[in-house]
Amino acid sequence: MNAGMAAYIVRRLWQMAPTMLGVVLLVFVLFNWVGGDPAYILAGKMADADAIANIRRQLGVDQPYYIQLGIFLRQVATFDFGNSWATGEAVSALIASRLGPSLTVLLPLTILETLLGIALALAVARVRGSLTDRAVMLVCTAAMSVSILVYIMVFQYGLAYRLGLFPVQGWGDSLAENVLRYAALPVLIGLAVSVAPTLRLYRSFILEEVRQDYVRTARAKGLPERRVLWVHVLRNAAIPILTHVMAGLPALLIGAFLLERFFGIPGIGREVILAVERSDFPVIKAVTVCVAAATMVFNLLADLLYQALDPRVRLQAPA
Amino acid sequence: MNPIWGLAWRRLRADFVAMAALAVVAGFIVLAALSGLGLVAADWEQEVALSHAPPSLLAGTAAAPAPAPAQAAALPANEFDPLADDIAALRAALRPGGRLADADVQGEGGARKTSLPFGADKWGHDILRKTVKGAQTSVVVGLAAAVLAVALGTMCGALSGYYGGWLDDAFNWFYSVFTAIPAILMILAVAAVLQQKGVATIVLILGLTGWTGPYRLMRAEYLKHKARDYVLAAQAIGASDWRRMAHHIFPNVSHVALVQLAILAVGFIKAEVILSFLGFGVPVGDVSWGSMLNEAQQELLLGKWWQLAAASGAMLLLVTALSLLTDAMRDALDPKARP
Repeated sequence: MNAGMAAYIVRRLWQMAPTMLGVVLLVFVLFNWVGGDPAYILAGKMADADAIANIRRQLGVDQPYYIQLGIFLRQVATFDFGNSWATGEAVSALIASRLGPSLTVLLPLTILETLLGIALALAVARVRGSLTDRAVMLVCTAAMSVSILVYIMVFQYGLAYRLGLFPVQGWGDSLAENVLRYAALPVLIGLAVSVAPTLRLYRSFILEEVRQDYVRTARAKGLPERRVLWVHVLRNAAIPILTHVMAGLPALLIGAFLLERFFGIPGIGREVILAVERSDFPVIKAVTVCVAAATMVFNLLADLLYQALDPRVRLQAPA
Repeated sequence: MNPIWGLAWRRLRADFVAMAALAVVAGFIVLAALSGLGLVAADWEQEVALSHAPPSLLAGTAAAPAPAPAQAAALPANEFDPLADDIAALRAALRPGGRLADADVQGEGGARKTSLPFGADKWGHDILRKTVKGAQTSVVVGLAAAVLAVALGTMCGALSGYYGGWLDDAFNWFYSVFTAIPAILMILAVAAVLQQKGVATIVLILGLTGWTGPYRLMRAEYLKHKARDYVLAAQAIGASDWRRMAHHIFPNVSHVALVQLAILAVGFIKAEVILSFLGFGVPVGDVSWGSMLNEAQQELLLGKWWQLAAASGAMLLLVTALSLLTDAMRDALDPKARP
C-alpha cells in the first residue's frame, strides 16, 4: 500500500464523520423525539401514573433531550448501547451473538448467488437479442414480481413440510450442522428469489462490455465466442459484479429477515422484527447505527476493490 | 406539450407487450377506483360461504332452512353445566362425517354457499372480493407513496441541482445519511416509531424513505439543464428562478420522474405486502394481499391453498405488468439507452 492510497483512505474515513453524525441524529430524532415515550406500551393496559413514571425513569426518557442525546452519542462512541427494554440483555452482546447465524446463511447464499448469476448471465448474453433472451427476461420479470413471502411459504410447505427433504425450521449448535442441515433450505429459497434480479443486473454489466473494442479485437483474432465471453468479457465484467456484491453485503444482513423469521434462525434480521414488534427501541437504534456504519465501510472497501481490479481507475475522494 | 411524449407514445403503441401491460395496469387502477367508491366488493365482510369453502365454478348452495333441532328449545337439564345442552345440540347437528348439518349452515344473511369460484377464508368471506379489496390497498399505497416520494425527490433535486452551493451541500448530506441506512431497515425503524396503523401511515413511511432515488436523478438533470441555451434565453427575457425551474426545465426532465414513479410503485407494492404480512401495515379489518398471505400461512398447513393462490396470483399479474410497462416506458422515452 503506497502513501497515496493511505491518504485516500484517511480522507474517505474523515468524510464519513458528518454522514455518521447525520445517521445518529436521524435515529435520535426518530426514536427519542417522534417515537418519544413508549412507557405506555411497555407498562401495559392497566398501568397507573406511578408505574408509568417509574418506567420512564428507568428508560431515561424523562430526561431533557440534550441529556438523552449526550447519552446516545456516548453509547455510539463506546459501542455500549445499554440493555434491551424487552429482555434486559446487553444490546451489544445481543448483536454480536446474532451475527454468526446471519452470516451462516448469508455467506453461502452470496457466494452461490454470484456464481450462478454470472454463469446464467453469460449464457443469456451469448444469445442476446434473440427470442430466448427476451423470454428469459420476461420470466425473470415475472419471477421478481412474486413476493418473497410466497417463495418461502411454498418452498417451506412443499419441500420441508410435505416431502420432508429439509427440517421445517430450527437451529443447532455446531457450524457444520447449521450450514448443511438448517441453512440449506433458506439458502435455496434465497437463491430462487435473487437469481432473477441478479441475472438481469449481471447481463446488463456483461452487455456493457460486449460493445467494447477489445471484444471486437478478440473476435477478429478468430477466438471462439465461448472464449471471448468466458475469458475476455468475464474478467472485465467481474469488476462491477464484485464491487456490487461487496457494497451490498451490509444490506443483505437485514434483507434476509423474512428467511430468518420463517425458519427460526436466531439472526440479526429476526431480532429487528422482534424489536419492532415489542417496541424495543435500543435494539433497533443500535442495529441501525451499526448497519449504517458497515454500509459506509463496505462502500469504501468496494471502491478499493475496484481500484485493485481495474488499474485504470484513479482513487479520488470528492472534494 | 413536449414532443417527446408523442414520440414515446408512438413507440409504445408498436410494442405489443407494453400495450398488454398497460391494459392490465389500467384494469387494476379502474378496479381499485370502483372498489374505493364502494361499487365493487364493498360487502367483502359478509359471510357468504362455509368456512374454507373450496373454489369451484359450479357454486353449490346449502339446502333450504331446516327446522331447528328440538333439543335446543328444551330447558337446561344439567344445572351444573349450563352449556352441556348446547354442546349436545351442536353434537347432534354434526353429521357422522363431521360436516355441519344444513341447519347450521344458515348465516345471518340466509343460505351460505358450499363453494365459491375463488373459495372462502376461515370466516366464510369470498376470497375474490377480498382479492379485489387487496388490489385497492396495493394500488392506492403503490401510487400514493410513489407520487409522494417522486414529488419530494424532484423538489429537493431541483433546488439542489439548480441553486447548488450550501443548499446542494445540505441536501447531499441528507442523501448520504438516508442511503447509508438500508431501505428495509429504515422502513422498519419508522414503522416501529409510528404506532398507528393504516394506509396513510404506510404511504408516509414509504414516501418519506423512498425519495433518494428520484433526488439523485433529478439533481443531475437540473444540473445539466440549467446551463443550456434555452434556460439562459429564458433568463434573458426575465423569467424568474422559479419559472425557469418549473415551467422551462421541468417539462424537459419530467420523463425521468415518470419512469422513477413506475419503478418506485413496483417496489412499494412489494414492500406494503411484506409490512402488512408482518402486521405493521394495514389495520385489522382492512384487506391487503399481505394480510391475506398471513392468513394463508396457517391455511396452507390444512391444505387450503386457495387464498395463497388468489393473493399471489393477483400480485404476480399487477407487478409483472407494471414492471414490463416500466421497462417499455424507459425504452420509449430514452431511445439512446436501448440495449
